[in-house]
Amino acid sequence: MDALKKIVDKVKPHFEKGGKLEKFHSVFDGFETFLFVPNTTSKQGTHIHDAVDSKRTMIVVVLALVPALLFGMYNVGYQHYLAINQDVNFFETFIFGFLAVLPLILVSYGVGLGIEFVVAQIKGHEIQEGFLVSGFLIPLIVPVDTPLWMVAVATAFAVIFAKEVFGGTGMNIFNVALVTRAFLFFAYPTFMSGDAVWVRTGTTFGLGNGSIIDSFSGATPLGQIAVSPTTQVQLGGITGNSIGFIDGFIGLIPGSVGETSVIAILLGAVLLLVTRIASWKTMLSVFVGGAAMAWIFNTIGPDTAAAHFPWYNHLVFGGFAFGAVFMATDPVTSARTEKGKWIYGALIGIMTIVIRVLNPGYPEGMMLAILLMNIFAPLIDFYVVDANINRRLKRATIKK
Amino acid sequence: MSKLFSEKTKQVFLGPLSKNNPITVQVLGICSALAVTANLKPALVMSLSVIIIVAFSNVIISLLRNTIPNRIRIIVQLVVVAALVTIVSEILKAFAYDVSVQLSVYIGLIITNCILMGRLEAFAMANKPWESFVDGLGNGIGYAVILIIVGFFRELLGAGSLMGYKVIPQSFYDAGYMNNGLMMMPPMALILVACIIWVHRAKNKDLQEK
Repeated sequence: MDALKKIVDKVKPHFEKGGKLEKFHSVFDGFETFLFVPNTTSKQGTHIHDAVDSKRTMIVVVLALVPALLFGMYNVGYQHYLAINQDVNFFETFIFGFLAVLPLILVSYGVGLGIEFVVAQIKGHEIQEGFLVSGFLIPLIVPVDTPLWMVAVATAFAVIFAKEVFGGTGMNIFNVALVTRAFLFFAYPTFMSGDAVWVRTGTTFGLGNGSIIDSFSGATPLGQIAVSPTTQVQLGGITGNSIGFIDGFIGLIPGSVGETSVIAILLGAVLLLVTRIASWKTMLSVFVGGAAMAWIFNTIGPDTAAAHFPWYNHLVFGGFAFGAVFMATDPVTSARTEKGKWIYGALIGIMTIVIRVLNPGYPEGMMLAILLMNIFAPLIDFYVVDANINRRLKRATIKK
Repeated sequence: MSKLFSEKTKQVFLGPLSKNNPITVQVLGICSALAVTANLKPALVMSLSVIIIVAFSNVIISLLRNTIPNRIRIIVQLVVVAALVTIVSEILKAFAYDVSVQLSVYIGLIITNCILMGRLEAFAMANKPWESFVDGLGNGIGYAVILIIVGFFRELLGAGSLMGYKVIPQSFYDAGYMNNGLMMMPPMALILVACIIWVHRAKNKDLQEK
């Protein structure tokens, strides 16, 4: 650490005012504050300082995402070798998934950070760190077979139109990673839904050559429900084996890269909750809202497969857990008042199930539910604060 | 002739093309800009219809302006516009039926287009026929320019064609390129209009609020 600090201090003068690399000041600043907590303090107003600034916060979220990413990589390989019916060891499986997912991560970070750097240079700001998490989320919420140029276009769109035009990190109304996914979903629907994109059946850098087995079916569990003609569905894995709650919980099923395993997501959730970076109220209320709504549909819902899908299964299949843990708790776009978090979270859970059950066009409702509630978060906060003010005003009024 | 192209008339014509553009500055007529711009051809036809209707209704209202009782002026304006819209709509049905089907209700809805009522109220009621005509042309063309730009990009990126002709070569699609389905949806028209406004205001610094 000391050696690193020395190097940073040594090159620093070049980037200060008057140095020869002055115009790259914001780039240097970005790297320096990324490595070390800055020792500058705010100049006005009263502030409470602690060591956790937003870069440190972001890193914890990234660490929390690592289990989901690693499991996602393994699952990509696992599904692939299952589809071509080859028996390979753990290591080979993981390498296949690693090589399949790595380009997605590189493209997402390359495009997103590139735009951030350019904008920071133009505006003369310091580089904002918000994309550290968004760039990590994007590869986890897309199907593994999404073409890289689509990811690049969607990332660019989201960073520019969902973030920079609103004023950069911390000012965005919508979750940037979800806007990326929404863009892909509406712009290139054939690559974001259906049954051909969730499992990589081709090779990755020459690895995993083989022909697909005859009984292969690449639909996700929620996709199977959406197209089911009967009301009681027996979910199937890609080889036609039947799957249930436990499989959804472990996550060796087709789906977006990071969303399948509830175990890996819960590991991340524990880290976020222990460090108090994510709100347990939001997380819990998403699950409670979703479970309650799904239970209502189970009991009195319409006679469709989605409505008869048991409520506990709704919580482990699709992106429900991932969205609840990593997306709904985004500190920028979620409600900030403590009561507001309960309302916000519960409505996300409810909306997700409503979309899943009542709109067969969208088998997965998590993305749309969170984006929709992002719009309402400020409104919820407004009324929570307003109610509090009114309550206290009443107490303050002098009785005649 | 000097009266025809006086400095004021020139301003009346050029203003709406840029610094007083009905769509990008006044933000009027947005609904039709979203609805008809998915392809270039309907956007062109719509633009042409609006130019004609706004120019001639301006002239007619300007001629009548001293005889219209103030209390019923909106009704009179609506009658004039409705008559012109009906004429244009019938002509389209007769000579360009397929486009008229594509535009469906939007030709009829020109009656309620904010640009028309705005121009009639704000300009034709207080100016001479010639100036009103020029003002109508200017605003119509200002509207048309934006519609055509939006229509161009939406059809190019959304369907890979222009005026119905394929312009993106098949080899692109073979290489993995795909049309952007979002371009075909109305929200993208809003975002494109926003981009035009962005560029426009970046170029004209005096339009930016402090």
